[in-house]
Amino acid sequence: MIVTPGWYMTLAAVLFLIGSGGLLLRNNALIMFMSIELMLNAVNLTFVAASRAHGDIGGQMAVLFVLVVAAAEVAVGLAIIVSIFRLRRTASVDELAELRG
Amino acid sequence: MIDYLWIVIALPLGAALFNHFLGHRLGEPRSAVPAVLSVAGSFGYAAVAARDFFVSATAAEEAVTVVHLFDWIPGLGAGAELLWDPLSATMTLGVTGVGALIHLYSAGYMHGDPRFSRFFTYLNLFIASMLILVLANNFALLFVGWELVGLCSYLLISFWYTRPSAAAAGKKAFVVNRIGDFGFMVALMIIFLTFGTLSYTEVLHNPGAVMGAGTATAVGLLLLVGAAGKSAQLPLHVWLPDAMEGPTPVSALIHAATMVTAGVYLVARCGAIFALSEIAGGVVATVGAATALLAATIAIAQRDIKRVLAYSTISQLGYMFMAVGVAGYVAGLFHLLTHAVFKALLFLGAGSVIHAMRDEQDMNRMGGLRAKMPFTHATMLIATLSIAGIPPLAGFWSKDEILAVLFYKGGYFLVLWGVGLVTALLTAFYMARQYFLVFTGPARWEEGANPHESPRIMTAPLVILGALTLVIGFVNTPFRLGLEHFLEPVFHGVPVAHAPEDGLLLTSLALVSVGAGLVGIFIAYLVYYRSADQVRERLLGRVRRPLMAFEHGYWIDDVYGNLIVKPGRRLAEWSADWVDQRVIDGLVNGLGGLVRHLGELLRPLQSGFVRAYGSLLTIGALVVVAWMVIRGL
Repeated sequence: MIVTPGWYMTLAAVLFLIGSGGLLLRNNALIMFMSIELMLNAVNLTFVAASRAHGDIGGQMAVLFVLVVAAAEVAVGLAIIVSIFRLRRTASVDELAELRG
Repeated sequence: MIDYLWIVIALPLGAALFNHFLGHRLGEPRSAVPAVLSVAGSFGYAAVAARDFFVSATAAEEAVTVVHLFDWIPGLGAGAELLWDPLSATMTLGVTGVGALIHLYSAGYMHGDPRFSRFFTYLNLFIASMLILVLANNFALLFVGWELVGLCSYLLISFWYTRPSAAAAGKKAFVVNRIGDFGFMVALMIIFLTFGTLSYTEVLHNPGAVMGAGTATAVGLLLLVGAAGKSAQLPLHVWLPDAMEGPTPVSALIHAATMVTAGVYLVARCGAIFALSEIAGGVVATVGAATALLAATIAIAQRDIKRVLAYSTISQLGYMFMAVGVAGYVAGLFHLLTHAVFKALLFLGAGSVIHAMRDEQDMNRMGGLRAKMPFTHATMLIATLSIAGIPPLAGFWSKDEILAVLFYKGGYFLVLWGVGLVTALLTAFYMARQYFLVFTGPARWEEGANPHESPRIMTAPLVILGALTLVIGFVNTPFRLGLEHFLEPVFHGVPVAHAPEDGLLLTSLALVSVGAGLVGIFIAYLVYYRSADQVRERLLGRVRRPLMAFEHGYWIDDVYGNLIVKPGRRLAEWSADWVDQRVIDGLVNGLGGLVRHLGELLRPLQSGFVRAYGSLLTIGALVVVAWMVIRGL
């Protein structure tokens, strides 16, 4: 059985759906955060797969950028979540609705 | 000498600036010193500069000198140029001569006023502005002077600005003059379109070569609108009686002797243009005649000593307009000159009376002042007889010349001559009435008024002006036409109407007009001197209705108020209440409301729930993807 790029794309799509499902269905900020990471990496997978399929190194370059930005994002995001948790003793995003118009 | 003619203007202007910045430190009476001296200096300089005209009877062209100071607006042909010819010299001498005496008088009259030095600042500024007006060599500079004297008039009418009536009077003068200035400016535009320049030298030298009769008529009539505004002719005369709210020296200087004669000067200066249009001249003369008669009748029934003189001034200006309207420029300017002297004297005398009566202006509360104020009485009597046209005083010669010119012109102008004659009778009547009410009869003032003669600084100008009134008429008598000869170079190439040379005709005309004056005085004598109070009451009761109309000035002010002021005010209120409040504010408020409502509408979108945002994001992304798939990308 030859593993074509289509397999990778399908896997990435499945991962992305799981991630977005977690993001939309869970209310714990930490879990939602992990879901976002899952979605990011699903995209990374498509990049790498497409890069290999087309023989273009550009896709892999994009992945490196995504990884770096995601790392920075994690650092900031986690810090925010931790400080919110310290303040409110909860990490439920449904209770953090101060910006309601 | 002539090259430094600008000194004539610079002296009063410098004194005005000096008093403006330093006057309050000098205080009273020292700040009056530079004011009086500067105007007197201007008079001296102008007199010396004008000497050449008298001494050397040179050719007509040589008597006209243009002094170029600097380029100003080359595009309009308007340099800062002064014109020194017999006409401007006559005006300059009149303005500075009478002006100096009135400045001197003011030093006494304004005694104790907290804004003593400021008064002289304005007065000097006025003299400088008036000199710019009469010395300008182009219409643009003339207009600058024209507006500046208007400004000074406004400042001085409302000098006591804490009185609401004075503030309103100043405003009224300004607004009414604005109407006249509108006509004046349109006239200047037509002149510029026709000639391509505003310089007198080019415009007034044979304008018939460029300008048709129709254009000349239009320009002449528009100039008349401007002149009527400044010189208080019908129908723009309403501001002058109210201008009496200003201090009396201001009334004497600006609203009798100098500024209000600017319209006469303008018509005389533009004689070359009026020569092209019989209609324009005829209209000027007719307006003058109507004004003379109307104002004279109004003056009959005034109780306020200054308002009598104000209407008298309007009436006498009407005489001048009659004269210049039929191209009798010499007669008009002659009357301008004599009127400046004796009317200034009348106003200063009235000021002296008001001063003595502690600001009482109602003639019904005066009487019997002859013994109390000998100098004021004697000089006022001279001026009264002069304006009534009694020989050999100044007013007789000039008024008689105007009437003779009108009579000699014949035709339609015989009607105007008749109007002039009736006006002469009325003039004599109301002036004699004023004299009898103020100086003779029983004292009607309140207890403790204690009238007294004014200080010397005020009576000295009265005496000088009184002496001038006695002699100034002799500058242009039928026996020796001094002024006419003097002014000849100005009207070179312009037809000027003259009085007849027939001695018998002149004498009979003079006898008729003197007779009219004597009849007027006699009636006033009978009514206001000989009659007992009850008899007078009964006599006046018989003519109650016309007297009512006269006293209220034919209700012209009320008519203007109802026809123009009230609708104008209503329009303004409507604009403020409706246009501004509803339309303008409504637009702004509506825009704000629109944005707010839109915000309200969009507000629920910002639920604050992160997962709601996430859902929207996802749905959006799905829509985009679906769209791309459908488009087949």
